[in-house]
Amino acid sequence: MTIETVDTQPKPNLLNDPKVRAVIAQIVVVVLFVSFVSYIVSNTAVNLEKLGIKAGFEFLGLQAGFMPTSPNFNLTGFDVSKDTHLDVFYLGLVNTILVSVLGIIAATIVGFFFGVLRLSSNPLLRFVAAAYIEGTRNIPLLLQILVWYFAVLLALPGVKQSINIGDMFFLNLRYLVIPAPIFEDGFGYVVTAIIVGIVATVFMVRWARKRQEKTGEQFPVVLAGLGLIIGLPVVTLFAVGVPLSWDIPALKGFNFQGGVQVISQLTALFLALTFYTGAFIAENVRAGILAVSHGQTEASYALGLRPNRTMSLIVIPQALRVIIPPVTSQYLNLAKNSSLAIAIGYPELVNVFMGISLNQTGKAIEIIGMTMGVYLTISLLISMFMNWYNKRVALVER
Amino acid sequence: MKALKLLAATAALAVVSTAASAATLDDVKKKGFIQCGVTTGLAGFAAPDDKGVWKGFDVDFCRAMSAAIFGDPMKVKFTPTTGKTRFTALASGEIDVLARNTTWTMSRDTDLGFEFVGVNYYDGQGFMIRKSLGVKSATELNGASVCIQTGTTTELNLADYFRTNKMSFTPVVVEDSAEARQNYDKGACDVYTTDRSGLAAQRSVLSEPDAHMVLPEIISKEPLGPLVRHGDNKWGDLARWTLNVLISAEEMGVTQANADSMKTANNPEIKRMLGTEGDLGAMLGLGKDWGYNIIKAVGNYSEVYERNIGPKTPVNLARGVNALWNKGGILYSAPLR
Amino acid sequence: MSKAFVRTEFHPDLPPPASESGPIAWLRHNLFSTWYNSLATFFVLYLAWLVIPPVLDWALFSAVWEANNYKECKAGGTGACWGMIDKRFDLFMYGFYKAEDHWRPNLAIIVFIIAMLPVLFDKLPGRRMCAMFLILGYPAFTVALIRGPIEMSSFNSTMGIALWVVAFVAAAYWGHHNAKKFNAVQSGIGYAIAYIILFIVFIAWGMGLTPTETDTYGGLMLTVMLAGVGIAVALPLGILLALGRRANSMPIVQMLCIGFIEIVRSVPLISVLFMAQFMLPLFMPEGIKFDNVMRALVGFSLFAAAYMAEVVRGGLQAIPKGQFEAADSLGLNFYLNMRLIVLPQALKIVIPGIVSTFIGLFKDTSLVSIIALADLLLVAKQSYTDSNWLGLEHTAYVFIAIIYFCICFSMSRYSMYLEQKLHTGHKR
Repeated sequence: MTIETVDTQPKPNLLNDPKVRAVIAQIVVVVLFVSFVSYIVSNTAVNLEKLGIKAGFEFLGLQAGFMPTSPNFNLTGFDVSKDTHLDVFYLGLVNTILVSVLGIIAATIVGFFFGVLRLSSNPLLRFVAAAYIEGTRNIPLLLQILVWYFAVLLALPGVKQSINIGDMFFLNLRYLVIPAPIFEDGFGYVVTAIIVGIVATVFMVRWARKRQEKTGEQFPVVLAGLGLIIGLPVVTLFAVGVPLSWDIPALKGFNFQGGVQVISQLTALFLALTFYTGAFIAENVRAGILAVSHGQTEASYALGLRPNRTMSLIVIPQALRVIIPPVTSQYLNLAKNSSLAIAIGYPELVNVFMGISLNQTGKAIEIIGMTMGVYLTISLLISMFMNWYNKRVALVER
Repeated sequence: MKALKLLAATAALAVVSTAASAATLDDVKKKGFIQCGVTTGLAGFAAPDDKGVWKGFDVDFCRAMSAAIFGDPMKVKFTPTTGKTRFTALASGEIDVLARNTTWTMSRDTDLGFEFVGVNYYDGQGFMIRKSLGVKSATELNGASVCIQTGTTTELNLADYFRTNKMSFTPVVVEDSAEARQNYDKGACDVYTTDRSGLAAQRSVLSEPDAHMVLPEIISKEPLGPLVRHGDNKWGDLARWTLNVLISAEEMGVTQANADSMKTANNPEIKRMLGTEGDLGAMLGLGKDWGYNIIKAVGNYSEVYERNIGPKTPVNLARGVNALWNKGGILYSAPLR
Repeated sequence: MSKAFVRTEFHPDLPPPASESGPIAWLRHNLFSTWYNSLATFFVLYLAWLVIPPVLDWALFSAVWEANNYKECKAGGTGACWGMIDKRFDLFMYGFYKAEDHWRPNLAIIVFIIAMLPVLFDKLPGRRMCAMFLILGYPAFTVALIRGPIEMSSFNSTMGIALWVVAFVAAAYWGHHNAKKFNAVQSGIGYAIAYIILFIVFIAWGMGLTPTETDTYGGLMLTVMLAGVGIAVALPLGILLALGRRANSMPIVQMLCIGFIEIVRSVPLISVLFMAQFMLPLFMPEGIKFDNVMRALVGFSLFAAAYMAEVVRGGLQAIPKGQFEAADSLGLNFYLNMRLIVLPQALKIVIPGIVSTFIGLFKDTSLVSIIALADLLLVAKQSYTDSNWLGLEHTAYVFIAIIYFCICFSMSRYSMYLEQKLHTGHKR
């Protein structure tokens, strides 16, 4: 007699196995994605063929033939008689980085200032901070850029009637012109002195911290540091006989000759970016400070620390940890928003490369791709740096 | 799963069927209007009035085409384009014809894949400057800052001109004409450069037109004309002969006012143009009276010119080289036969 | 015997010293507590004296309220030229949208506000119904109302109509059939397709109104439309992307989602708009045409979706793991788990984030003026470069700045109110 063995366990439907389902779902997605991409690529190829456009990066080597920037605001030394679209790209990149870096520094200062002001005990100051923050946060940045440029800076007097500040600085609707330093032989010593000062300060700070941990004695780090970084170069400067002179601007013909011209487009973009981003940073700073429990402040008072020491030793270090991540993304936003310069004609990447070069060559895919690549890289770099910094700050916690 | 496939097929059908492409003229007839690309607003050439009705020299060309096809000049939809977007708009089929002070160049005609149907305005790049600066010639412009509108041959011509004359300049590059004008008007630059027709148009809407002058130098040849896509010759022919009718009508003295009485004139060419003799329209796939409709709707070239940009308008452009060939200009139409 | 003085009752409270109560004390404590505080107070007051009177004078006392062109404005006073706003008000609001059709966007907004009220303030009844209407019915209603019928050739033939009907019935049946078998995904897909078909049919019908042209859309109407469509597309897409990003079991899907989100988030919106402007026509097969507004909408929605995805991800991460595990132990599958447990909690947490993303989006619509769409900003620009209204940029800028500010500020206030309400909800 044979006993029929009944398989009591029903065979599970393969489709109900989560792993199998995941694989199937992924295959479906990949197939859809690949076919979508190939569909687009084939369409693009057909369209390019039809329009008679050849894809490729040869255009980068062609002479640009146009002048993307003022000869007096030409950081990369663009030479219209021979430079190519690649040089236009480079020029745009440098100008983007310039305004981003300036903006990030200024926005941080403005943001911290107003963020702290927002928590002041003085209701008038609080109101001023709130009015600034709400006013700038709720109005489009593009509108603010236009207002700064067209309504504020272009309302300044003309070149011939420039506002004269001490015969050194001249401000008019086109630019602010400032004396340019001319470095002569021997200035290298001063540069060396600055580097030595910075390195020495770093070592001094480490030494001072170790000493304080061991003995509890404090060392006037700030004063000594300032002495090293500023004092040492100044002493060197005079020791080698001031190898530095200034190129003072003067009005000749249509425009000022000499000096460095800070074009109004840069000023407008810088101001707009600074105040717009500053408002967001101020909110982050306020939130960060509020996030530090009040008990910390009270404990610090109980230990006998004065309010400003409480702020600098207890509250700020803890608040920074909360503040840094959102502020990082504000920095990223600032770098991205610098592209709005296209509205007022500051020669940054989007304006000169994705604007004029694209018009001249018609290489939409290559140029837009390159421009996006640049922003991708910038944002990766900023977030990498900030992650590194974030880790350092986080290590303070023991 | 079958249902799903069926659905996908239907959806695909729905998308494709809305976009079935045919010859442009058939398309235009089917949808009932022409899609015409113009500038975002240049006084006298193309600008919407307070009611949003487009008016201008380039606009009238599109209206003439609409009159030729539909017998009604208002069956046009206007798409404002910037210097940058205009070619994409035409190439992608978003617009059927581009009438936007576009310079006829070899690369645009061949490499970019467009077909210029003729020249409706012979132009050249010039400079506008404040009278108070006392400059009388473009050779005195060394060191000046120059307002340029992007997306044109303008910046190339300018760079070449200054290099040839060993001068330097500060470019103030902006995206659209209104912004360029504002920059110039406020004094952000000393010089405004673009085609001289454009300069005249812009000058008419400056806050003080009389304080500015256009310098005598012309630094480039800019034959401006309407263009269509390569490859649809029938549509190109229609645009080309619309332009020729406008010019021929001026040559033969046919105007909006006398078009009706001219139908019975003795001149056989006039009769052919107005459709009382022969059937030129059929060759274009249009009705007999297409030429009559054009002239009845917008008038002849001279009327279009005088109405929009002529000396009596704020733009105030003299005919100059744009006069007829027998009146000292270079405007010349191929015969209608 | 000494007589001791023993108080038998409390001495009545003395009034606080004059310097510690009343407005003077408040002033002393808040405005003049230290010398630098006093200095700051005087500085702010001086600033106010410097700024406020000229601003008021410009905006009100020296302003010109009626004018036909800029010359009359200059002659009438030194302040703002509100006459221009008055004359061009319709342009600022609707662009070139035909005057006889202005009731259409107006009606759309009124219906939106009425339907939104119960959703915003939970004291009003009908919240569920209104929310359903806003999600399912309102988009089609608005598109039909503003656009009018959209010509689709497949509706012209009997064959075409038959195909549509068959497709709808099949999809609805399929959805229903699977719903009975608790196949959440399949029924969801079926119902979604049926809904999309209904949607297409509805906008093709267009409520029998006269069709309008997208190139006439402008002003505030276009701004609101861009932001509205952007958020309507971005929200579902963003949720999908966020779920995809957290799908650890499907690394390829995860990678694609992360790639899309991070790339889009790290490039500026203007480059996305340029891409939509220049590259979209190249991507499409011959014959399919997108107009300017459509292209901008595509770019805008994809951009918004990436940001939305990050907001939703924040919400998903805030859900404790126990919730997932509890749902798993109840035998809920992934879709039921998401629909019943995770998303309701996560979305509630992220509402303030969604609102602030929407504010950002609303402000970002101003960028379409760079690609020649006549939004509020471009209309303002066109106004002060119009030959009738030259040089009135201050008036135009201030006017649209006020509009942007009012809308964004009220939304951000609402978001704060919501945050507080939700916050107390979690307190025990």
